Amino acid sequence: MKVEINVNGTATTADVEPRTLLVHYLRDNLGLKATNIGCDTTSCGACTVLLDGESVKSCTVLAAQADGLSVTTMEGLSDDGTLSHPVTAAFRQEHGLQCGFCTPGMVMAAVSLIEENPDLTEADVRSGLEGNLCRCTGYHNIVRAVLVAAGKDPDA
Amino acid sequence: MIPVAFDYQRPQTLDEAVALLATRGEDATVLAGGHSLLPVMKLRMAAPELVIDIGRLAELRHLRVEGDEIAIGAATRYRDLVTSTVLAAECALLPAVAATVGDPQVRHRGTLGGAIAHGDPAGDMPAAILALDGTVVLQGPNGRRSVPVAEFYTGLFSTVREPDELVVEIRVPRTGATGWAYEKFTRRSNDWAIVAVAVATMPSGAVNVAMVNMAGTPIRATATEAALAEGKSIVDAAALAAEGTNPPADTHGTPEYRRHLAQVLTRRALQTAIA
Repeated sequence: MKVEINVNGTATTADVEPRTLLVHYLRDNLGLKATNIGCDTTSCGACTVLLDGESVKSCTVLAAQADGLSVTTMEGLSDDGTLSHPVTAAFRQEHGLQCGFCTPGMVMAAVSLIEENPDLTEADVRSGLEGNLCRCTGYHNIVRAVLVAAGKDPDA
Repeated sequence: MIPVAFDYQRPQTLDEAVALLATRGEDATVLAGGHSLLPVMKLRMAAPELVIDIGRLAELRHLRVEGDEIAIGAATRYRDLVTSTVLAAECALLPAVAATVGDPQVRHRGTLGGAIAHGDPAGDMPAAILALDGTVVLQGPNGRRSVPVAEFYTGLFSTVREPDELVVEIRVPRTGATGWAYEKFTRRSNDWAIVAVAVATMPSGAVNVAMVNMAGTPIRATATEAALAEGKSIVDAAALAAEGTNPPADTHGTPEYRRHLAQVLTRRALQTAIA
């Protein structure tokens, strides 16, 4: 079947099998490899992208379900490939990553979280990231980074 | 993991969806948010020939007060329940329960109707609707019928829904902003409930208690409800929560452990809801 998905502001289209998962469409059809596949069972959040602005786990969405909609991956957060987006900049500043595998999913989940609740507390961040696992257990600095990105003082 | 190949159709209207189900119901599966179905298909525990995607049907996304009830379209997402100002005022148990389902990403996709139709015994929403004496509205080729949720589940992942019927709406009474509680016991925040207890105070004044994962279907704590109706204390009534139950054993706990949890969680929920 033919799908047309706006990815990072660019119209994309491909003839895919209906069983094609959104994450495979992004990685294999479009070559956008920031989005990782971790658990592949809706648990770890490494494959988190924005679908019409809301965080989703792209291992549990069919490309067909995104047909006609807009997807944002971590590549789409800046036009020039830099860390200029407030969330990516904050992850860099606060060293919100260790091995980096969970990072794109964490960043995209954080973008969605801040969009939905600009007045985040530390508790909000911790519960808001419940769908994203960091196997390095580097949560402390991830939470700090999200607070900084939301304009909060992580030491408050 | 990749599902077995299937055909995919996204009908543009509810009538189209019902007609498609009428002709292909036996080998079709309905997809709404896909957060129960797609994992099962990826594990190849389900392999439908046709997937009918109703997730975008505007006719199934309503959430409105209708007389003494609230009518919620089956494709209403958890996120929509959590943020609904109507529910916050008219049935605050539902958004509170929905906020405990999965994680934000799951709540952006998963739907109330999907959870009700899937009927996972560890699911939150079926027990919440049971606590509210809610109704499931089904639509098939011969029109609509309403089934009280207490009669909807027939066993593990089994319901009275016929293959050519679609869950189109869930109806609950207007129970208001207070008099409810949801106590969910999990090992990790986004796990399924090991046991959970939903309490709702009904417009009649009756206090309903429904339990998650204490049987193959959501069940009511009937002995607790009867004790409360007789004027027994919360502590005494809650001690009866597991009466007559035969909960499952799994890696998270024995039946005895679940019976214990049911009593403790019922006591806490009642203390929050009505003390």
